[in-house]
Amino acid sequence: MGYSLDFGWLADATGAIARGAAMTILLIAVTTLAGTFLSILGAAGRRNGPLLLKRAIGVYVEIIRNTPFLVQLFFIFFGLPSIGVRLDPLLAAILAMTLNMAAYTIEIVGAGLDAVPRGQTEAALALGLRLRQVFVKIVLPQALKVIFPALTSQIIIMMLESAVVSQIAVRELTYEADMLQARTFRAFETYFVVTMVYLVLSMGLRRLLVSGGRRALGAGVS
Amino acid sequence: MIEFTFWDIVRNLLLAARWTVLLSLAAFVGGGVVGMLVLFFRIAKNKWARRLASGYIALFQGTPLLMQLFLMFFGLPMLGLRIEPWTAAALGLTFFASAYLAEIWRGGVDALPRGQWDAGASLGLHYLQELRLIILPQAFSITRAPTVGFLVQLIKSTALTSIIGFEELVRTSNAINNATFEPFTVYGLVALIFFVMCFPLTQYARSLERRATSN
Repeated sequence: MGYSLDFGWLADATGAIARGAAMTILLIAVTTLAGTFLSILGAAGRRNGPLLLKRAIGVYVEIIRNTPFLVQLFFIFFGLPSIGVRLDPLLAAILAMTLNMAAYTIEIVGAGLDAVPRGQTEAALALGLRLRQVFVKIVLPQALKVIFPALTSQIIIMMLESAVVSQIAVRELTYEADMLQARTFRAFETYFVVTMVYLVLSMGLRRLLVSGGRRALGAGVS
Repeated sequence: MIEFTFWDIVRNLLLAARWTVLLSLAAFVGGGVVGMLVLFFRIAKNKWARRLASGYIALFQGTPLLMQLFLMFFGLPMLGLRIEPWTAAALGLTFFASAYLAEIWRGGVDALPRGQWDAGASLGLHYLQELRLIILPQAFSITRAPTVGFLVQLIKSTALTSIIGFEELVRTSNAINNATFEPFTVYGLVALIFFVMCFPLTQYARSLERRATSN
């Protein structure tokens, strides 16, 4: 025993931790936008697309949902170069995160689209809106409102999973923690502090999404 | 230099997959036991017990599993415990699973009508008997689908233990990849093995869910 905790290194480490946290926030921001967009396309395609597209989307969703994110990341970063697709770590991380998140949110968005009553589409068409306008202006906002809590949870899960991309040397929060503990030899303290930073990030992100969602989608978003 | 044929790769990966299965089972059983304990606190009559359990769940659901594993791996030796990757992995995943399972099962308990408790009390059962005979059997039965769904998540989560040095499927695949330089094949096969383990469970969870909604 005789081990005593030492946080003396923390003063010099705040810069690195802040940089790492900023990168984690950047990753999740890009992934959220790209993933949500992709899943809206995917969910719409799965409902109204040609049969082949429906099948392809179904297969994609099942493959991603039944394999670990870490393996997907390694496959994209280490595996794809052997068929000629070479990505730098940051791009590989964003691609892996987006593809992973979209597989989960396609189902969520799809459930939201199903929840909008058919009469909404019919009424909008009767008013002379074109099909695309009906989808973008009438159906989608109502669907997003229904699924907003589920979407928020998925975004936070993805933010926590992003810790894994440190393994391909993306300089986010976990990567900075690895570097710090190698320098300070204070592994437990370092990971403890960084874990708390993640906790604050996930709680802050939830607050932000809920209040932002209320403003964008109107009342009733919880 | 050792030459690896395709079948050597497959054989080695399948041998390593045994550890993935074993770790998943250990964490699921361990997580179930600890999760029950957390559940008792979470639905207790005492306000502080409930808060404690909520905090525990929020902590594990609000931080990355990778960080939890690192804290196990580096933290337990400070308590004087000799720790190996297997112990850290099994304990880390057990606590992780306990938080999620407790929260799933609490959803089941909350979904039961208040009258179930009242009926139990009017039959003269005391608290623990009510839980054991009336509440928990029903709560488990309506949460079977999400529980199986979480098992899938747990199996996938074992991949992270490769990072703290536990020799499961992913860590073995890294070693094989370093020897063969065939990442496309190796990681493709790893994904396939995980898929074969998880997909039947996913389908099972789905059929449970369908059965639950049709009732």
